Amino acid sequence: MSESTNGSKLLRILSVSARPARPNALHAVATFTWRSMRHTVSQLPYMAIDVLIFPVIFLLIFTYMFGGAISGSTGHYLQFLLPGMLVYTVTTMTVYIGIAIKTDIDKGVFNRFRTLPFWQPAAIIGTMLVNLLSYAAALATTIGIGLLLGFRPEAGLTGALLALLLVILYAFSVSWIFACIGVVVKKTESITSMTYIVLYPLMFTSNVFTDTSTMPDWLGRIVAYNPISLASTAARGLMHGTATAQDLIAALGGMILLTLAFAPLTFRLYLKKAKQ
Amino acid sequence: MTNKRYAIEVQGLTKSFGSVKVLKGIDLRVERGTVYAILGPNGAGKTTLVSILSTLLRPDAGKAEVFGLDVVRDADAVRGIVGLTGQFAAVDEGLSGHDNLELFGRLTGYGRKAAYARADELLDAFELTEAANRPAAQYSGGMRRRLDIAAAMLVRPELLFLDEPTTGLDPRSRSGVWDIVRTLVAGGTTVLLTTQYLEEADQLADRLAVIDGGTVIAEGTAAELKALVGSGTVQIRLARPELRSLAEQVLRRELNAEVRLHADPATLSAQASDPEPAARVLTELSRAGIATTQFSLGQPSLDEVFLALTGRPAEEAAEEAVS
Ligand SMILES: Nc1ncnc2c1ncn2[C@@H]1O[C@H](COP(=O)(O)OP(=O)(O)OP(=O)(O)O)[C@@H](O)[C@H]1O
Ligand SMILES: [Mg+2]
Repeated sequence: MSESTNGSKLLRILSVSARPARPNALHAVATFTWRSMRHTVSQLPYMAIDVLIFPVIFLLIFTYMFGGAISGSTGHYLQFLLPGMLVYTVTTMTVYIGIAIKTDIDKGVFNRFRTLPFWQPAAIIGTMLVNLLSYAAALATTIGIGLLLGFRPEAGLTGALLALLLVILYAFSVSWIFACIGVVVKKTESITSMTYIVLYPLMFTSNVFTDTSTMPDWLGRIVAYNPISLASTAARGLMHGTATAQDLIAALGGMILLTLAFAPLTFRLYLKKAKQ
Repeated sequence: MTNKRYAIEVQGLTKSFGSVKVLKGIDLRVERGTVYAILGPNGAGKTTLVSILSTLLRPDAGKAEVFGLDVVRDADAVRGIVGLTGQFAAVDEGLSGHDNLELFGRLTGYGRKAAYARADELLDAFELTEAANRPAAQYSGGMRRRLDIAAAMLVRPELLFLDEPTTGLDPRSRSGVWDIVRTLVAGGTTVLLTTQYLEEADQLADRLAVIDGGTVIAEGTAAELKALVGSGTVQIRLARPELRSLAEQVLRRELNAEVRLHADPATLSAQASDPEPAARVLTELSRAGIATTQFSLGQPSLDEVFLALTGRPAEEAAEEAVS
């Protein structure tokens, strides 16, 4: 570094001693949304696997390989499967918020955040907001492919949009579980193994792929109270215009419970970590 | 705040991790506008001390104040006036250098435009303009270090912590960081840096403290410390290792000091208070027919400081800290 030129530039920078006012919470959240968008854009090729390829492959496999066997006809099965498939797609993606939070904590950048005077939970909220966008993108692809394969929402556009909204809310509520795990877990890998231990059993004991009425009673009951089932049932109902108030209340109630339980807990644990 | 004489005042500071006592009662005073160096081997507790002073860790007991503000009770106020460049770069590797500075700028409270402009200025002053749009993950160690220091300069800190700012850097990058530190101090910032190199402390610091095993074992100016240790060290490498005991006698006689035999069988060193007797060693060795392949008169290394202060080399101290 040539002292004369850069030294004087540096001195000029240091001569600005005015300190900006502490950023408000909204400004901080907007900043983290911006950051998360930057990250997402740079990771677009990997994201494409989740957002595009994964839903397509799953939809094709289930519809054409198992559809006939499960439901008698593939077209009939697709009508049943697709709303649940929406739930399935975003469920697998909710893990990312945990990984994102854990990665920040592990990398030194968390220490930098801790020394800055902003409202710390903004880091989680901003990331979460951008994740909601990628959920929406994955859902849009899944529906798009479904439409190409012959899926028709019986409740029309309104039904489809309401179902989408519900599934996004569902993903939002489940994300808090993983956000919380991301804050407390010791190793990033534990988050991924949590997926296998918690999510996959839940997913396969849900009514995403099959109708619960064909299952033995005891299993049917587990399946019915599984949050994934609750969301699938509600999404299916909205999509085809058959939703009962009870279905919707159960699904929304579950989501509200999850959010109320895990979001404050996540913030508390994160703040504790940041303040130490 | 402005009328405080001391930027840092620490008294009886202790910190344990589980059953491991890392800081065992540190006392420290740093005058404002000066550079203060904390010298210590691996595991001495340097990072722990800096983390407490920069509010990242809570002490167990003792008092730590930054410009009169308590680092625990007034943590938020302290965060407002200190900058930290930790031992491991605290940057977002997934973002470019420019985006990093913009991010931290906005989180400091700058609006979008102001943060963007500030990032430009800082990149320019820290010679990172060319790499501005590359992901920080692709930066070299020296670039990352500069980016990290720049991030601590978004607003002028009253007090800047630099934890081993030059470890792992090549000589050119190292002197670049030194220039930055000198400029900062000229600009009125107080700097506390940690290092494993006495030379660095000597180059930059007005005063320094040597810590070992969680306590301050020596404190003063670099000159005072060197006087304690002996101002320099003669290190010699012989062409023929079997002549080492002969060479040892020459050194002991001429320098009147304890001679250290190194692990390398051809190398030995001893402290020299002045350059003249050191030069005499060279003549005496050649008169005795002992050929040397290397001869250097250097500053005492941390190792030698340690040996003088504690009677054991720094590596041993580091091992003890780990065990
Ligand atoms: N979070 C922690 N949990 C447990 N032990 C810790 C923790 N942080 C530090 N230590 C221990 O405290 C001791 C001092 O660590 P510290 O990082 O302060 O040393 P240091 O002087 O910075 O060393 P180095 O030169 O290697 O950076 C070490 O023995 C280390 O293992
Ligand atoms: Mg350290």
